Amino acid sequence: MQNRASSVEKSRLITRRVFMLAAAKLVLLGGITSRLYSLQISDREKYELLSDKNRIREWKTPPQRGFIVDHFNNILADNDRVFQVHLDLDQIKNFNEVIFKLKNILELSNNELKKIYREKERLKPWDTLVASDNLNWTQFSKLNLYLHDLEGVKPVVSSSRFYPYKNSLVHIVGYVGAASQKDIERKDVIKENLVPGLKVGKSGIEYAKETQLIGRYGIKRYEVNSSGKRISQIDYIKETQGEKIKLTVDLEVQQLAQELLKGKAGSISAMDIYTGEIIAMASSPTYDPNKFTHGIGHKDWGEIRDDPLKPLVNKSIAGLYSPGSTFKPLVALAALEFGTIDPGRPILCKGHKHPYELYGVKYHCWKKQGHGYMRLRNAIKQSCDIYFYEMARLLGVDRLAIIAKRYGLGSNILKDLYFDEKKGVVPNTLWKKNAIGKSWYLGETVINGIGQGYIQTTPLQLCLMTAQIANGGYKIKPHIIQDESINYENARLKIANQFVNETADFSKDEKFLIDRDYKLYERLYRDPKNIKFIKDAMFGSTNEQYGTSYKSRYDDLKYQFAGKTGTSQVKRITEEERKLDLDQSQIEYKNRDHALYIAFAPYKNPRYSISVLVEHGGSGSSGAAPLASKLIKKIIDRHPLRDQIEKGKTSLA
Amino acid sequence: MLTERLNTRNYSLFEKLKSVDYFLILIIMLIGAISVFAIYSTERGEFSFYTKNHLLRLLVFFAMFLVLSFVRITFWYKNAYFFYTVCVSLLFITLFFGLMASGSRRWLDLYFLNLQPSEVMKIAIIVCFARYYHRIQTAEIQNYKFILVPLILLLIPCYLVLQQPDLGTSILIAGTGVIIIWLAGLNIKYFVYSTLLLIVSLPFVVSLLKPYQKSRILTFFNPDRDPLGAGYQIIQSKIAIGSGGFFGKGFLKGTQSYLEFLPEKHTDFIFTLFSEEFGFIGSIILLLLYILLIYRIISIGFYAKSFFSKLFCFGFASAIFLYIFVNISMVLGLLPIVGAPLPIMSYGGSSMLSIMLGLSIVMSCKIYSQDQISNY
Repeated sequence: MQNRASSVEKSRLITRRVFMLAAAKLVLLGGITSRLYSLQISDREKYELLSDKNRIREWKTPPQRGFIVDHFNNILADNDRVFQVHLDLDQIKNFNEVIFKLKNILELSNNELKKIYREKERLKPWDTLVASDNLNWTQFSKLNLYLHDLEGVKPVVSSSRFYPYKNSLVHIVGYVGAASQKDIERKDVIKENLVPGLKVGKSGIEYAKETQLIGRYGIKRYEVNSSGKRISQIDYIKETQGEKIKLTVDLEVQQLAQELLKGKAGSISAMDIYTGEIIAMASSPTYDPNKFTHGIGHKDWGEIRDDPLKPLVNKSIAGLYSPGSTFKPLVALAALEFGTIDPGRPILCKGHKHPYELYGVKYHCWKKQGHGYMRLRNAIKQSCDIYFYEMARLLGVDRLAIIAKRYGLGSNILKDLYFDEKKGVVPNTLWKKNAIGKSWYLGETVINGIGQGYIQTTPLQLCLMTAQIANGGYKIKPHIIQDESINYENARLKIANQFVNETADFSKDEKFLIDRDYKLYERLYRDPKNIKFIKDAMFGSTNEQYGTSYKSRYDDLKYQFAGKTGTSQVKRITEEERKLDLDQSQIEYKNRDHALYIAFAPYKNPRYSISVLVEHGGSGSSGAAPLASKLIKKIIDRHPLRDQIEKGKTSLA
Repeated sequence: MLTERLNTRNYSLFEKLKSVDYFLILIIMLIGAISVFAIYSTERGEFSFYTKNHLLRLLVFFAMFLVLSFVRITFWYKNAYFFYTVCVSLLFITLFFGLMASGSRRWLDLYFLNLQPSEVMKIAIIVCFARYYHRIQTAEIQNYKFILVPLILLLIPCYLVLQQPDLGTSILIAGTGVIIIWLAGLNIKYFVYSTLLLIVSLPFVVSLLKPYQKSRILTFFNPDRDPLGAGYQIIQSKIAIGSGGFFGKGFLKGTQSYLEFLPEKHTDFIFTLFSEEFGFIGSIILLLLYILLIYRIISIGFYAKSFFSKLFCFGFASAIFLYIFVNISMVLGLLPIVGAPLPIMSYGGSSMLSIMLGLSIVMSCKIYSQDQISNY
């Protein structure tokens, strides 16, 4: 009995405990269920994302760079087909072996091998290494022949920058090269688009307009397994090409300008005087931008860098020169505008025996025998220095500086487009006090009157100055990238609607001087007669006997132009040298004068201005004016075509 | 002096077939079918090595389960200690002659099967304890002598398994044993005391753990400590389960396992794969099937006459629950990763063998539920 009772009690106890246990189990199961709920329902998105991150790996494909075209849609910066070798690091088992095979097939140099190994260090194990980005056809076909033996090696036909006109536009268009760490930090758009072997702009438009040109990378999505091996391609978002950048440059004019400067160091700039479109902006010597695309060799780079004629400098905007006599029209204009000279007043130039004297210092005219009695028009035409010494003295440097700045000297006229553009110097008394810490001397005003001394200008600034005189004295905005909002008709209309009677305000308006967009087409002169006077004097200088560029004239009215020569001294001429009276060819190259020339054409209804600078080219009339003459003919011959494009918006290319 | 009178009678075949729990068989078949599909999925939908093996074992052991179900429950009662002794001996032999794999000796080569004696031990300990407590009066259970003996019986296999080393199975055996001791009626206070003692001795225990075990436990508390090393399994398992969402990614579409991000997907992480492909809804259904299985086993225990049968059923049900709980909690990141297979689902012959063996004893309890086993 006792056993039985005990047995019943035992059963009861175990039953009770089983129920307790079951309750505990339910609680634990509840825990598991809530965990499942939280993982699979509450946090589902988070884990889905993580799962995709696990299984999907993206490879960026390089963006297509936008074209750069000239005014006639000639492609200046093209994308050419190139043959490359890509190594998919995740597919390569024995890297050294593959590289050894590649070396034998492609005949890679030790330098190239070193580059590959350095690159490999930098990359992730699933990245793509661009072992060579510019194979020739023989190498490429050979590679394809041995491909079965090379796992993870991919021959790729890709595109890369190509400049069909090589040397002709390098200073305008610039060049590209492999993106450096600095480039990546500089622009977010480069960082975003970064792929192995990405090429970015290093100078010129390529550099300045990177954001527009670069385009957008493509994405290839692959499903990968846990060891990173690609299983299948999921999708491919195709890369897009960057914007097309249209320049105002006329390729043919540019090529001729470059041709004219061949063998010389210098610059030629040409501009539409109403729209401010830059037709040509040549700088010499030049170099081939294609060499930079795939990394320039040591030897080539050394040659370019160490050339004494400095091919890397864009002389049109980054070369600073004394304007010499090309500054004279502006000095005369300033004197007329401020009324400090009576154009009819004769001043005697007696030659080297009786130079202009001020406080005991002698200032000579360039002409040994002297010009005799000169009035203003004649003084400009024959470029008489004595006349300008006296006129500058009467005018004063501060008033001269006001006019010089209004006509575009002393500021960055292309604004921030080119990082190497220089401002130059338009000196005045305050400037000297701040920059040099000394007071102004009257003698400095005198030499300033013939464009020597502190004054420093870029050839493009001179071109702009000429343009703004030629168009009747109106402010324009020079530009090299096509601007649809600016056209000839519009500009003429705005100029015609000016209130001529209102007196021009010559106060120092900093914004007016620096910002070319501000008060565009505002008149720069006080009295239109003065502008006309200067233009007429420049006409005389080219088209009348005794004019300094008489030899380069065209009698055909279609091509007839007006200009002003300039010969800028590089070195102060000593008394002994003056006595020797050496010919330019007898002087050492680096001491020879710079030859300058500014002009506008055609004289009747002018449309274009031009400035020519030939470093150490001797006198302006023999060294620079003939080049300008040739280019002007070309520009005017090309004008109908250009006009047609502007009006009809038709493409000729 | 001690004579065992077994109060038995003979059953006709019809009676036996009538009292078979067909519902239990159905549940086992369902879980078995699910497991085949899951293993098939680990092989990316190819009917090859793992799937073939798993299916074969399932069929063989299921057949064994059906046959052994008709073995009289008194057989198990009589041979309980013998069974226990055989298992302990096998464990002992394993320590010296076992097959070495990934740093531990767990398997015995039996030609047709690589047996993992520790898995069979899981059943043997339940049978042994059921037999042991069958004879003891409630009043005597609290007696120190009757506490010490089962503790020793439990510690021997636990120690041997730990030596292999196999922390997971050792914990599961110990857990099962402790639950049975409690079910048998030991006063709750002993469990409280020993829990306190365990907490106090924890630093000492930790110092005995192998470095990889320590790292697993540390990683459990912070998987991001070593996301590509020790934490990798937990992180990837959670990603797989979480990304499955409510409906799952679909059969054969579990990217985590397909692309080999998931480790041990055939064995310990089979639930992860299932959950990734069938989502929350699938997981709940699988859990419900397991709950039904456990419920069935417990209810068989209720209707069994003998204390031995009761204790075995309750013990085995609790053990199955423990295996499931530990395995799923582990893959959900609720418990540290210790090797613990999911019953029936996981690939592995020994685990399948032990579960089927246990189930056949349960079925035997059902068929022979009227068998009285005398206390003396």
